[in-house]
Amino acid sequence: MPEASYPEDLLYHEEHDWARIDGDSATFGITWYAQDSLGEVVFFDPPSVGAELSQGQSYAEVESVKAVSDVIAPLSGKVLEVNEGLSQTPETVNQDPYGDGWLVKVQLSEPSETESLMNAADYQASLA
Amino acid sequence: MSAEARWFTAAADDELTIYERSKPGRRAFTAPELDVPERPLDELLPAALRRADPPRLPEVSEPEIVRHFNRLSKRNFDLDTGFYPLGSCTMKHNPKLHERVAALPGHAKLHPLQDPSQAQGALELMWRLQEALGEIAGLPHVSLQPSAGSHGELAGVLLTRAFHEDRGETRTKVLTPDTAHGTNPATVTMAGYEVVKVGTDASGNVDLDDLRAKANEDVACLMLTNPSTVGLFETGIEEISKIVHGVGATLYYDGANLNAIMGICRPGDMGFDIVHFNLHKSFTQPHGGGGPGAGPIAVSDRIEPFLPLPQVVRRDGAPGNGAHGPYYDLDYDRPKSIGRLRGFQGNYGVFVRSYAYIRSLGAAGLREVSEVAVLNANYLLARLRREGVAEYLPAAFDRLCMHEFVLSGAPMKRELQIKTLDLAKRLLDHGVHPPTVYFPLIVDEALLIEPTETETKETLDHFAEVVAGILREAQADPEVARGAPYTTPVRRLDEAAAARRPVVRQPL
Amino acid sequence: MSRYTSVTNADLQEMLAEIGLDSVEALFADIPDRLRLNEPLALGGGRAEQEVYEELRGLAGANVSTEDEISFLGAGMYDHYIPALVDSILQRSEFLTPYTPYQPEISQGGLQAMFEYQTAISELTGLAVSNASVYEGPSAVGAAGYVAKLENGRRRFVVSEGVHPHSRQTLATMAHGWDVEVIEAGLADGRTELPALDDDVSAVIVQQPNFFGVVEDLEPIARAAHAAGALLIATCDPLPLALLKTPGECGADIAVGEGQSLGNRLDFGGPSFGFFAATDALLRRVPGRIAGETRDVDGRRGFVLTLQTREQHIRRERATSNICTAQALNALGGVIYLSWLGQAGIVDLVTLMLQRTAYARERLSRVEGVSLLHEQPVVREFAVRLEAPADRVAARCREQGINPGYPLGRDYPELADCLLIAITEQRTRTQIDRLADALGAAVAAERHPAGVSA
Repeated sequence: MPEASYPEDLLYHEEHDWARIDGDSATFGITWYAQDSLGEVVFFDPPSVGAELSQGQSYAEVESVKAVSDVIAPLSGKVLEVNEGLSQTPETVNQDPYGDGWLVKVQLSEPSETESLMNAADYQASLA
Repeated sequence: MSAEARWFTAAADDELTIYERSKPGRRAFTAPELDVPERPLDELLPAALRRADPPRLPEVSEPEIVRHFNRLSKRNFDLDTGFYPLGSCTMKHNPKLHERVAALPGHAKLHPLQDPSQAQGALELMWRLQEALGEIAGLPHVSLQPSAGSHGELAGVLLTRAFHEDRGETRTKVLTPDTAHGTNPATVTMAGYEVVKVGTDASGNVDLDDLRAKANEDVACLMLTNPSTVGLFETGIEEISKIVHGVGATLYYDGANLNAIMGICRPGDMGFDIVHFNLHKSFTQPHGGGGPGAGPIAVSDRIEPFLPLPQVVRRDGAPGNGAHGPYYDLDYDRPKSIGRLRGFQGNYGVFVRSYAYIRSLGAAGLREVSEVAVLNANYLLARLRREGVAEYLPAAFDRLCMHEFVLSGAPMKRELQIKTLDLAKRLLDHGVHPPTVYFPLIVDEALLIEPTETETKETLDHFAEVVAGILREAQADPEVARGAPYTTPVRRLDEAAAARRPVVRQPL
Repeated sequence: MSRYTSVTNADLQEMLAEIGLDSVEALFADIPDRLRLNEPLALGGGRAEQEVYEELRGLAGANVSTEDEISFLGAGMYDHYIPALVDSILQRSEFLTPYTPYQPEISQGGLQAMFEYQTAISELTGLAVSNASVYEGPSAVGAAGYVAKLENGRRRFVVSEGVHPHSRQTLATMAHGWDVEVIEAGLADGRTELPALDDDVSAVIVQQPNFFGVVEDLEPIARAAHAAGALLIATCDPLPLALLKTPGECGADIAVGEGQSLGNRLDFGGPSFGFFAATDALLRRVPGRIAGETRDVDGRRGFVLTLQTREQHIRRERATSNICTAQALNALGGVIYLSWLGQAGIVDLVTLMLQRTAYARERLSRVEGVSLLHEQPVVREFAVRLEAPADRVAARCREQGINPGYPLGRDYPELADCLLIAITEQRTRTQIDRLADALGAAVAAERHPAGVSA
């Protein structure tokens, strides 16, 4: 995705991850800024389905040619689903970081944690 | 574009692999005749233990092998051909004498398990090399065993662990500067410790306040190099040593930058407990495209009991025969040793070359190496400034450098829209190997430049002119550098594809 | 000015002027006076090239090499014939002197050679993935142990007593920092006898053929390891793999070994190279450099160092290993040698060694005072028991110009009367017959000394 973009309907964590809330579950991914800094993503090392994630802790790794990055959980919960398609086409994370480039789907354990996340405007401001 | 095509261009196209050149039935090797009675294969090696098909190796004759590898070689840049200002690598000339002496059958065809009484030349050479390295480091006890710098680092951290355990202490952390070479933190983890980073101050030295805050009795060791990886002498080294020893930790010296200080000052005198040498850096072992090397270590008295075994020692007479006169031996009687780090005695072929180098140069020659290495680096830095390069590639630290210096490509990226990577790729078209790029991590768009002492002033002048030329070219048209190189055997390669769907062998 | 630097007085003046200093001394102003050396290092003076040559030649002359005696020494490194073309290629500047191929556009020679080497090792071991080399055999075993620990996080290794003593010792040294316990599996009649494995075993490690030359049956060992959820690591002598069922086919997860026999000098123990191969599933844990195929912007095939995120220069403290400089030149020697042997040739070579070893075993077993330690299948090395201390027998043989093999008492105290004997393609029938005679005479002399000197 060549142009920076930060969808309004998402919540953002300072470690450059986003969350899309859907009732008591959520989808996580990395932001445009994160994928741009990394460069072309070559590998996503996912957690297992059923793994427990804690807000602010690393739950996976994303690799580009020249760098490895921890992926930080924006919210706590249990992994319901992992984006299997990324093992074939990891570059989807660059092309569509908020859509097909999603990383995991999670059953939230502490929904009130959403209050600690930023909206799109605040996150974008934090990047300046 | 001013570069001449210097590359072998019989076909600017794909070079076939040796498998693609193969044809069933071709062969280069014929076995000697069977001169013993032939027994049935099944009798000697039951079928259940045998592979059904042989390994699919190439099928080629000798002329084809020679031609194949010669053609491949022409697709390589190399130090005998051109300049390699690779910071932190010390790409100095590899003297040709060394290949001659290393090939002497008495060295090259000596079995490692030969009885020591029949390997006195080798053991004496190793002992003398140990003495020389100990003298250079200012630490008397040397082990030649580690196979490379990072192996020496592992030895150093394991020695540290043994030292603390011997005193009944369990410590969990090792400190490294944020400018450290990647092998340092990787080694720390392999040795079972946790890495804690220490910051660098604005003048490019270890931040002493940060060090004081982080040095405590849970810290086993501080790993440092001096000069640092930004090419600057740690002026506070004595204070650093006091702080580290004050909490009972060891001080480890990464010898990658030894080329700046030989005969001028010594890590042992600075307070280091453990030093590793890279024989493939300051001591001219050829890099071979990625090894071999060797990473001997020198340690202080208090660390000596833990050195790897075997140790090469000099005794007064061979054991058990009552004679006198020096006898060189392998000593296994070291109860506190950390044990072995590899098979046999180490990379002896590398020791032969390094020993020949030290004997060729002597004390004055080694001192001259460091003086000229530092002179060449400062001259190159000044020369680049004169070319007006500093506007786009300023030195990261405004100080006299030692044997290497760091430039930042951040202004170049901002003003000229080309990155350090693009500059590096454009240098290839000019027949120069680029400097080290994107290291150390604390400098944005870093370019780490180490000319070494074996380059002429003309080579340095040429390099400065080429860099200035590339910057001027980028001012006119940044696309040129961004699309470089153009004249090399292949152009920019898709590294992302190679990492996404790795193909690491030829399908057959 | 030494012969390797070029700064003339005229150069020096110009350079100092450019820098803006008066003297070379001023370049070192940052170094505190207290630390400055006031005297030259105690290293003596520099010497002319010919003098250095003479000294190195003298030291070489004090060594008894395989050119000076008939050597049956093995135990990890072997006296093979290295064809002349290996040296002539390795001595080319373009292979000898470049740096690690971080700039792939000007390193295609080295990178393609690595790719060809990786292919050959993959073929030998029967495993999908090979790296571009590690330092040597024993530390490769350590590196494989580190991978197993990273992979399954368990805390015990089960290592066969048949694994080379240097490999076991190196593993123990390295494992000390990982909080991993190493326990040994003994041998029964020369072959590994595995204890029951529990679910805290990270890896089982065996050698093939083992240190005593015996061919292990790897398949049941692999099954037992996998049933316990552990990895199987096989450390292998590469040439016998031309005939033996590959570690990959037997179920090994990782195969490593000492590469010296493949076109590399003895060099008193190094430099050589270690090979490291693994299943595809372990690709991203494999240590060291790996060359991968790709295309350039114009569509040409090319090679690059790939999966660099495993390595220290990127992943730093979470790297799969700390290895930086490896053994590229030695691995190049390996692939040249394997190309020289070729698919048919390697079988011929190893078959020749197999037949000669069988002859040697049979011939020696008929010598008075000599018996075989095991009767198991071997390929190119075997152990004998003598009716006299092996050290002393070996010393007597050496006086006759024959080095009969490695006295095992150095590593296995209960085998102080045993020798490990290696047969390469350079050991002819005549030499084997001489060995038999020399051993017989030496054992006899040891048993009935008749006023012999100490």
